[in-house]
Amino acid sequence: MDLLRFITAGSVDDGKSTLIGRLLYDSKSIMIDQLEAIERQSKNKDEGEIDLALLTDGLRAEREQGITIDVAYKYFSTPKRKFIIADAPGHIQYTRNMVTGASNADLAIILIDARNGVVEQTRRHSIITSLLNIPHIVVAINKMDLVDFSQDVYNNIVIDYAKVAQSLGLKNVTYIPLSALQGDNIVEKSDKLSWYEGPSLLHFLEEVEVQDTINLTEARFPVQYVIRPQTDALHDYRGYAGKIVSGVYKVGDAVTVQPAGIQSRIKAIEIAGKEVAEAFAPQSVVLHLEDNIDISRGDVIVNAAQPVKTAQELEVLLCWMDNKPLIPGNKYLLQINSRVVRSVVRNIEYKLDVNTLEKNEAPSQAVLNDVIKATIKTASPIPYDSYQALRANGGAILIDETSHVTVGACMIQ
Amino acid sequence: MSAYRLDYLDQLESEAIHILREVAGQFERPALLFSGGKDSITLVHLALKAFRPGKFPFPLVHIDTGHNFKEALDCRDQLAATLGEKLIVRNVGDTIKAKQLTEPKGKFASRNALQTYTLLDTIEEFKFDACIGGARRDEEKARAKERIFSVRDEFGQWDPKLQRPELWNTYNGRIHKGENVRVFPISNWTELDVWNYIRREKIELPSIYFSHDREVIEHEGQLVAVSEFIQLEASDKVLTKKVRYRTVGDMTCTAAVESKASNIDDIISEITATKTSERGETRIDDKVSEAAMEDRKKNGYF
Ligand SMILES: Nc1nc2c(ncn2[C@@H]2O[C@H](COP(=O)(O)OP(=O)(O)OP(=O)(O)O)[C@@H](O)[C@H]2O)c(=O)[nH]1
Ligand SMILES: [Mg+2]
Repeated sequence: MDLLRFITAGSVDDGKSTLIGRLLYDSKSIMIDQLEAIERQSKNKDEGEIDLALLTDGLRAEREQGITIDVAYKYFSTPKRKFIIADAPGHIQYTRNMVTGASNADLAIILIDARNGVVEQTRRHSIITSLLNIPHIVVAINKMDLVDFSQDVYNNIVIDYAKVAQSLGLKNVTYIPLSALQGDNIVEKSDKLSWYEGPSLLHFLEEVEVQDTINLTEARFPVQYVIRPQTDALHDYRGYAGKIVSGVYKVGDAVTVQPAGIQSRIKAIEIAGKEVAEAFAPQSVVLHLEDNIDISRGDVIVNAAQPVKTAQELEVLLCWMDNKPLIPGNKYLLQINSRVVRSVVRNIEYKLDVNTLEKNEAPSQAVLNDVIKATIKTASPIPYDSYQALRANGGAILIDETSHVTVGACMIQ
Repeated sequence: MSAYRLDYLDQLESEAIHILREVAGQFERPALLFSGGKDSITLVHLALKAFRPGKFPFPLVHIDTGHNFKEALDCRDQLAATLGEKLIVRNVGDTIKAKQLTEPKGKFASRNALQTYTLLDTIEEFKFDACIGGARRDEEKARAKERIFSVRDEFGQWDPKLQRPELWNTYNGRIHKGENVRVFPISNWTELDVWNYIRREKIELPSIYFSHDREVIEHEGQLVAVSEFIQLEASDKVLTKKVRYRTVGDMTCTAAVESKASNIDDIISEITATKTSERGETRIDDKVSEAAMEDRKKNGYF
């Protein structure tokens, strides 16, 4: 069985948490005791209404305020597929938590309140979805019950969103009208939306092709840890432990160790102690090379026929996630997979305007939730791929050296 | 192409191994918190896959409340011995004496909350900078919110409103002196995933996970084992029932499930069909308040 990781996004109160609650409820994935607990908590319990958003809004502060603050992860499966859901907050001040949830998603459901149409936060989350290169997007036009299930309302929102999708270059966009509260078009197709010809949300999630999200053509292996038992029996054992983030490795393959550029061949591949002839992403393995070379954590072993870029100056699209501003000239640690180097943000080229989606003149600093284009210089060379081409080796985080907090997400160009 | 497709259980396994190796690569003094329950036994199995033929880059650490099931303790000692890995045990009873803590009273007086003191002392004693745990996000609504690398301040506290962003599979384990990181490699596994994995990998579990005869009393619909740690009342009826455990915690706060399932296939069928969640069915301590888990975590609990 395969796995689909998806996120719900969109503006405050568009119904993201309710939608997930409804998906879990209607697919019978909620346990009795959990249901009883949210029934007790629901405000309108006397009218027999249960607030399905309480299923994911698990923090005390969230329940008190009726909003989502941080991502909640939920799990369910159908006979077709296993799902990992990230329920993101809609509030602008918690955008970085949405980024966290979105970064691993294969698919994003962007909710739109049918009464309000496309709003600023819809665009902001769409920008993030596009920056993170999430392969599939479902635009869920929600609360159709509040607009009499009107096809015109739906059509107008589709036209509006299509403009956003076009200017962001979003591919694979699917539109579904629904009511999370009442369950229309969630698991079963709804009679009230008979004019809509596509599948229900769950049906779509079960069928959408996701294998294409793993790159199997460029072989990349960041070394995490070197296994050297140094016992008598295993005196010469030296295994490079890590996860293949993309591509396929075969015994005998010519490889290059970057950033040093040293050549060797794969002598053996182990998975959990067993030797195998080949291995592929996203397997965790141990690689052995023909030659005894100095390799340590942070180095990347790539297939020599599929070279990686190596540079000390990176053009990045950057999502700033800290309350302190990003000041050009400041130094940060840059971490890409297991490699950490010191770096400095050289200059900001432009800032993306969330409303017009246009490139605005460069500000002197970037502040929380800004999306900017910038140049970063690193203290030593970084082996990388362009994020758009190879997500698994093109994303880096910036860490504040003094607070140790993750402050930026970089999509290397 | 289709030859290069990974089943979901293999994907989860690989993700967990990757996380364990990140701990090894990023921290100087990590530890694996080991209780003898199925989740931590699964973690140990994953660590074998991550680090053999090398040794574990961390000791196994057990915070022993003194109220554990004997079967779980035996399994713990036996596993550590067969693997030849270091096991550190610290007792909550010792902390209670040394710090003159007040033992909770009552029928099911549980040391669960006091465990946090011993855990924090142990972290300080060995200067652990990372503690790996077997918590899963599907267990509880506060856990559903937690990062894989979860930073705790010097008092062990979790601040759910100020979690670090955590992007892709890039984990930032940088901390200030005195802080530590709790790491959860099987965050994305469900209860059923763990059982399916145990079946597939033929992992050995303590016998209490399988159906056996046990003396129990009924308490608010739950079956609690008769032991020296709970106080029987005159009205309690001691019954002998065929039970198994779905989770293994303290004898005072873990309830048994009536079941004839004596092998793993039967257990998986029962869990697939069940209508009650793991903690809901077996934990007496979660019922205290709506946010019981969140509050305990804020105080340094796992
Ligand atoms: N009538 C109607 N109300 C809905 C629908 N979906 C959600 N709601 C209501 O909209 C309100 C907000 O829903 P939530 O699910 O909490 O919204 P959210 O998008 O998760 O909000 P944040 O996470 O805080 O951004 C609640 O009162 C829901 O009951 C719908 O389809 N129809
Ligand atoms: Mg919400």
